Amino acid sequence: MSATPELTAAKVTVKGLTMTYGTQVVMHDLDFEIFDKDIFVIMGGSGCGKSTLLRHLIGLLEPAKGSISFDGKNFTAADPAERTDTVRRFGVMYQSGALWSSLTLGENISVPLEESGKIPPKTLRDLVAYKLALVGLAGYENYYPSQISGGMKKRAGIARAMARDPDLLFLDEPGAGLDPLSSRRLDDLILRLRDSQGSTIVIVTHELASIFNISNRAIFLDSATHSQGALGNPCDLRDHSENPAVRLFLNRGTQPTSPR
Amino acid sequence: MDAHACFDSTLPAFLLAHIRAVTDATPDKPPSPAFDGLPVNLRALLELALAVSEESEPQTPSDSSSEIYKLGNLTLVVWTNGKALVKFTGETMLSLGRLVTGRAIFRRKDFWLTLQECGVQALPIVSLISFLIGVILAFVGNVQLANFGANLFVADLVGIAMVREMGVMMTAIIMSGRTGAAFAAHLGSMKANEEIDALRTFGFNPFDFLVLPRLLSLLVMMPLLTIYANFAGILGGMLVGYFVGIPPVLYWTETLAAVTLTASSLGVIKSVFFGAIIAIGSCRQGMQAGNSTAAVGQATTRAVVTAITSVIVLDSAFAAIFTLLHI
Repeated sequence: MSATPELTAAKVTVKGLTMTYGTQVVMHDLDFEIFDKDIFVIMGGSGCGKSTLLRHLIGLLEPAKGSISFDGKNFTAADPAERTDTVRRFGVMYQSGALWSSLTLGENISVPLEESGKIPPKTLRDLVAYKLALVGLAGYENYYPSQISGGMKKRAGIARAMARDPDLLFLDEPGAGLDPLSSRRLDDLILRLRDSQGSTIVIVTHELASIFNISNRAIFLDSATHSQGALGNPCDLRDHSENPAVRLFLNRGTQPTSPR
Repeated sequence: MDAHACFDSTLPAFLLAHIRAVTDATPDKPPSPAFDGLPVNLRALLELALAVSEESEPQTPSDSSSEIYKLGNLTLVVWTNGKALVKFTGETMLSLGRLVTGRAIFRRKDFWLTLQECGVQALPIVSLISFLIGVILAFVGNVQLANFGANLFVADLVGIAMVREMGVMMTAIIMSGRTGAAFAAHLGSMKANEEIDALRTFGFNPFDFLVLPRLLSLLVMMPLLTIYANFAGILGGMLVGYFVGIPPVLYWTETLAAVTLTASSLGVIKSVFFGAIIAIGSCRQGMQAGNSTAAVGQATTRAVVTAITSVIVLDSAFAAIFTLLHI
């Protein structure tokens, strides 16, 4: 699954992005583009700022420097109303699922749908049932998030992220904490969604198996230098990256200098 | 020589501490200890402990022991907290503005649920506490007033004290502990679970969606509960009055004569303000909680403490204002 789609205009453009927490620089001068229908992976060691980068992309955190643009429109400099409009086109799945715990799965999906316009109740019910069926949770409308397993929560999170048919889907560690089979099923789901819905997907992960399985482009965040380590197709990066840290990471630390 | 030895963790810990001590004493040329001759398992453990971790990111926590540092830090905390409170209050006002113009989006169901939670469900405890406060006031008053043979004035004392101060005060304190804590804990756990971020990325305004229904519920329920508490307290006083020989009918007429409309509306007016500060204060603690489960507990504690404190401080301010205005 590494066919590179022809390079169209960039969906997301990040220029000179510097992220900080207080006075501490998390990452500096990130420059990359995400193209239409990419499955773009943000990877790197634990705590290097992957989720922080995601939170910058979806507008929850403000860049210390640099800019983020969607479809050529500058998002960082936009006024609040424009930003809300842009954000409405996103679907986001958070690390823990972040389902609204006081609502049932069905309501979790219908609340964002209702907000985007008046929908007749029958259509709304059908839409909710369809979204849940897409992630293999048909019939779970009336369950509360606390009543289902971790893997189901992640899938329900994806269903909610897809509620409004977003053209940009952000997934924060979708496979973390899942058994190999569920994680594999999730990968298949992501691939099928991309192929059938034509959305662009940005994934934060450090699960090598999924990275090689589904992604066609990836950025590596280097926690040692606090900067962009590499950008490109993950399989290429694994074998030919000039940055030893990237090869080390993608080969589970075995290739360049095998200890002992 | 390469045999396994029997020892517990004290031995490697002791050796490691000594190696570290030598390393720290001579930072220019760190010693390279030779482990030849040690038992295999001990050597392996020491090598493991001495191996430099792959991501050796030297975290140098700033020197927090000096008094000036602590003072500076405290000042910064006070400053940021103040700013956050002002910002939160401002956001809430903007949210109220959107409500008035009909652009605020929240679930009506949430509003009704919160209304039930901080209204009907609070009735039993409000009844009990206010009734007992009335009883206590009547007992204390009766002991003193009996000295002058002026037992009947117990009704005046209980009536005025309840409607002006005790009814609204007790309701506010109960609501701080009950509803304020619930607000902070609920919003705090939503925050820790990224549910508030999820609202934001769906284009919802968390203030409209979460704070507004809670604020409105308390604004509606506080005056109603206060009026109810006033009656419960007067009933308590009446019971004590009955036992010390004041007939209930007499007690009631005496209360009606003593309690003016002005006096009884003061408490109700105050209750609206108390409701607002309880709701805003505790929602703020919840929304600005940290991202962990421990932070939820802290936020809840802080919410209750600040709510009760600010209720009492505001009440003294009201007392001063009313005195100056001769009300």
